Amino acid sequence: MPNGQRATIFRRMTTPLVHEPSTLALTVNGDPRTVAPGTSLAAFLASLKLDPRMVVIEHNRTILRDREAYASLILADGDVLEIVHFVGGG
Amino acid sequence: MTASPLALETLDTPFTIGGREFRSRLMVGTGKYASNAQMIAAIEASGAEVVTVAVRRVDLDRTKDEGILYHLDPQRFMLLANTAGCFTADDTIRYARLARAAGFNEWVKLEVIGDQQTLLPDTAATIEATRVLAAEGFKVMAYTNDDLISALRLEDAGAVCVMPLASPIGSGLGMLNEFAIRTIKHRLSVPVIVDAGVGTASDAAIVMEQGVDGVLMNTGIAAATDPVRMATAMRLAVDAGRLAYLAGRMPRREIAVPSSPTTGMLDR
Repeated sequence: MPNGQRATIFRRMTTPLVHEPSTLALTVNGDPRTVAPGTSLAAFLASLKLDPRMVVIEHNRTILRDREAYASLILADGDVLEIVHFVGGG
Repeated sequence: MTASPLALETLDTPFTIGGREFRSRLMVGTGKYASNAQMIAAIEASGAEVVTVAVRRVDLDRTKDEGILYHLDPQRFMLLANTAGCFTADDTIRYARLARAAGFNEWVKLEVIGDQQTLLPDTAATIEATRVLAAEGFKVMAYTNDDLISALRLEDAGAVCVMPLASPIGSGLGMLNEFAIRTIKHRLSVPVIVDAGVGTASDAAIVMEQGVDGVLMNTGIAAATDPVRMATAMRLAVDAGRLAYLAGRMPRREIAVPSSPTTGMLDR
């Protein structure tokens, strides 16, 4: 089980329901970000004004090869995303 | 009517890497250009079909540029992702997989750097990563040292092409060991593309005169005062060096031999 997922489950088990956070904490390209619960990956990319065809995404160390699945992937607290693209290089 | 010079296509043949045919023996990088417009103009001038790119995090605040796909048409050029900046086999494999997920092709220019100061390759880690990625169906073009044994091991590990350096990345020192490069070319069955170290047109010609299949460069063009002119010079030099190799040079002699007849001189 990836660490992010384990941390999520641990948090769910230890956090009383009344304190359910109104935002989810993500790590995106090494930096902390927050999103509303229920946010899909597709919606998150749209909020960053990123064209899904121009980037590649690693979700909790798993590379997402199917861009169609972005809409159904609902982000969870503790998720780690790497969003990469091609830049100039030799 | 004067005779026109022979067209290059009649003097050289295309070559094949990993089942794909290429005409241009010059491959170019896309790093270090002053602007995207300058980069595109230089690539056009170089005549290259293969263009290398790197995989990096998107700048989410995007005060800087937007990624190279907004400027380079993947239908027009074969984008070859590199793993530059990776120092371990694991990192390199991760970057290669990310690059493939971009969806353009299964090719990767594998680079595992072993030392920050010289940027010389970690050949053991490169061989390890090549084995893993070749088994996953990647077409691995492996950057390596000018060392025959590493080159043989890379071929054995499944590389579709081996890319020994002329001299360290970005050094512009030209070819340091012609013997080593010729030896690698003689002994390998897969194509040999010299990668890194070419500083100016004569360097490129000397590389091609060794009989290798091609040359890849970035800084030699991008860091020239006029990259578009230098890209043109590199294109001509690669063709010149290739043709000189195919033509077969005269033997070196450490004595003079007259070019004109020694008979028929006056008063003799």
